[in-house]
Amino acid sequence: MSARSLLTIDDLGSSGIMRVLDLADHMAEVNRRPNPKVPALRGKTVCNVFFEDSTRTRLSFETAAKRLSADTMTFAASQSSINKGESLRDTIETIAAMGVDAFVVRHKSSGAPQLIAGWTQASVINAGDGWHAHPTQALLDAYTVRTALSRTGGFDGLRMAIVGDVKHSRVARSTVQAFRMLGAHVTVVAPRTLLPPDVGDRFADAVTDRLDDLIGDVDVLYLLRMQHERMHEALVPSLREYTTRFGLTPRRAAMLGPQTLVMHPGPMNRGVEIAVDPAELPGAVITQQVTNGIAVRMAVLFDLLGSGGPIAPTTDAATDVTTEGPTE
Amino acid sequence: MSLLITGGRIIDRDGERIGDVRVVDAHVAEVGPALEPGDDDRVIDAAGLVVSPGFVDLHVHLREPGREEAETIETGSRAAALGGYTAVVAMPNTDPTQDSVEVVDFVRRQGERAGLCEVLPSGSITVGRAGETLTPFAELAGAGVTLFTDDGNGVQDPLLMRRALEYADGLGITLAQHCEVERLTAGAVMHEGDCCSRLGLPGWPAIAEELMLHRDIELVRLTGVPMHFLHLSTARSVELVRRAKADGLSITAEATPHHFSLTDERLASYDAIYKVNPPLRTAHDIAAIRAGLADGTIDAIATDHAPHVAEAKEQPLDQAPPGMLGLETALGVSLAHLDMPLAEVIAAMSWKPASIAGVADRHGRPIAVGEPANLAVFDPDVEWEVIPARLASKSRNTPYVGVALRGRVVHTIFNGHAVVVDGIAGR
Repeated sequence: MSARSLLTIDDLGSSGIMRVLDLADHMAEVNRRPNPKVPALRGKTVCNVFFEDSTRTRLSFETAAKRLSADTMTFAASQSSINKGESLRDTIETIAAMGVDAFVVRHKSSGAPQLIAGWTQASVINAGDGWHAHPTQALLDAYTVRTALSRTGGFDGLRMAIVGDVKHSRVARSTVQAFRMLGAHVTVVAPRTLLPPDVGDRFADAVTDRLDDLIGDVDVLYLLRMQHERMHEALVPSLREYTTRFGLTPRRAAMLGPQTLVMHPGPMNRGVEIAVDPAELPGAVITQQVTNGIAVRMAVLFDLLGSGGPIAPTTDAATDVTTEGPTE
Repeated sequence: MSLLITGGRIIDRDGERIGDVRVVDAHVAEVGPALEPGDDDRVIDAAGLVVSPGFVDLHVHLREPGREEAETIETGSRAAALGGYTAVVAMPNTDPTQDSVEVVDFVRRQGERAGLCEVLPSGSITVGRAGETLTPFAELAGAGVTLFTDDGNGVQDPLLMRRALEYADGLGITLAQHCEVERLTAGAVMHEGDCCSRLGLPGWPAIAEELMLHRDIELVRLTGVPMHFLHLSTARSVELVRRAKADGLSITAEATPHHFSLTDERLASYDAIYKVNPPLRTAHDIAAIRAGLADGTIDAIATDHAPHVAEAKEQPLDQAPPGMLGLETALGVSLAHLDMPLAEVIAAMSWKPASIAGVADRHGRPIAVGEPANLAVFDPDVEWEVIPARLASKSRNTPYVGVALRGRVVHTIFNGHAVVVDGIAGR
């Protein structure tokens, strides 16, 4: 069984989320330096194992690990022994035998990171599994709202709408859960076909298919990616109709409150879920989400692998252990 | 060759009494109180144990031919004998499929070679279980096949199913359906409900079972040809069968121990041990299946024993094959989880399935002079836990590790031979 891992937001709980977001503030400060690199994880080895292509998330984790001076390895299934019939377990155990402190795992199958955590002593960080969970996305989303709206104390009273293909979305599952843990009121906006079966109180605070009814009243409008293949499964009749009912059109953009944040996990389908230029939306924080992803992933890596000492000495000399570091 | 089974609670379709049973060669020679052991009698002390007709499992996957790394007819027969079974119906999803006389003869002969229980090969309804062309029912019936099914898949095409029923009429065979409308279960790995929503797993909706069950009940109503329904898993399915029986339709149904003992919450572990088809469902469904067994709506307990090698189950849920072991734990799970008189549990494991399998002339018989000696001797009260390494099955995919079971087979008599003695199989 693994050391501490981050498989779902449940592994952190609300206090753990706050701890990581506080750490992310320090990491963001590091990232603003002319030389954004600290020795906090020197000697640690982080292996990115990506069984599903995701350039963005992989680059984000790689950058985060390097800024903490960890050594990184990357394993991409497309160029790997998986194609030679090696099992997932054998792959993980082989890499683990090379000496790995953390696996960052992306897999198309829900639950794969949880299985991997059962096979290795290393920490496992879920970088997205199937439709299940994407906890670092949820953390970077929370961090983005917290910094944009100066909400360091939590999200009590914050109103969020998350719009689109919730059924197939690991981002929705983790982000909704994290925001609710921090006190936000989350409404899921989608047609029945794009909702999980039995979506209920355990999943969200409210469910509707009428975006216009609440778009003027939310603090955060979170748009999910609408995948083209859904059209072939009779989940929505056409992308045009989807945009008409659920897209951020110019008409709907005009209904947004002046402070309302517009978020998207990327990559965007312009003209589908977002039919306006985000650059012209004063509340769009989509680029900040990407930037914050580095700091948040640094925070997660440090939280799981760090010594408990200070994060960010400005010189290599400052390696003394103090009590300022994070504790459980 | 003779055995004397002394002091047991004899339970069969005629009731219960305490007594001794003498078996000579393949038959029951004498039943009564305080029989004198003869010089050649091997004495089996059954004091405190139940002596019942051997069990009949309508639904096992023995994997031979084709997947001998997971199970063979010999290892599966051993597991069956240890579970108290004297007859098992081998499902046809072998490689090659049991759709020809050659393959079913092979399976039957392998069963005879193992000699631990009677292996009854089923036949597939369609060639290669491809859902397109009927297998030669009459030829296969001539080779002794009584039960036909495409198990693993339902027969999707309603025209083909109607024709199959009509053609089967009068051949003395029974068609058995795996109820699953596949268009509703593409990619599904677990029960569709609250739990799959949270786990981010594609759901297998109850309606996919119930729609096909309803269709086939109506085809039975139309054709008047009997049908058997495999491994019912939902509350609504139980109700559909209950109503159809009330209408007088000649249908029978089975349920598995896992569908009346384990819920879909088990999948939260993402452990593919718990992946099975149809999937584990909710506490509500479990209660309905137990009630269906108790009131006779569901005729038989069948295991759907489905061995898989460890590597196959050490995969993410969407990649792992469905299925779990059942033969060695069925009695223990049934007695731990069913609130039914013991005689009714035995009925659901013995003479009722014997009748559905068409072997009521030699299995599930009363324990009386002249009857074939196919018997299970078990302790109905002992609590125990499964130790996977000690299973006779070649595979280890039991979902009952760490679960308290009640009731365990001690001896099994097959065709007059003590094939299991003191929980150890062999002959």
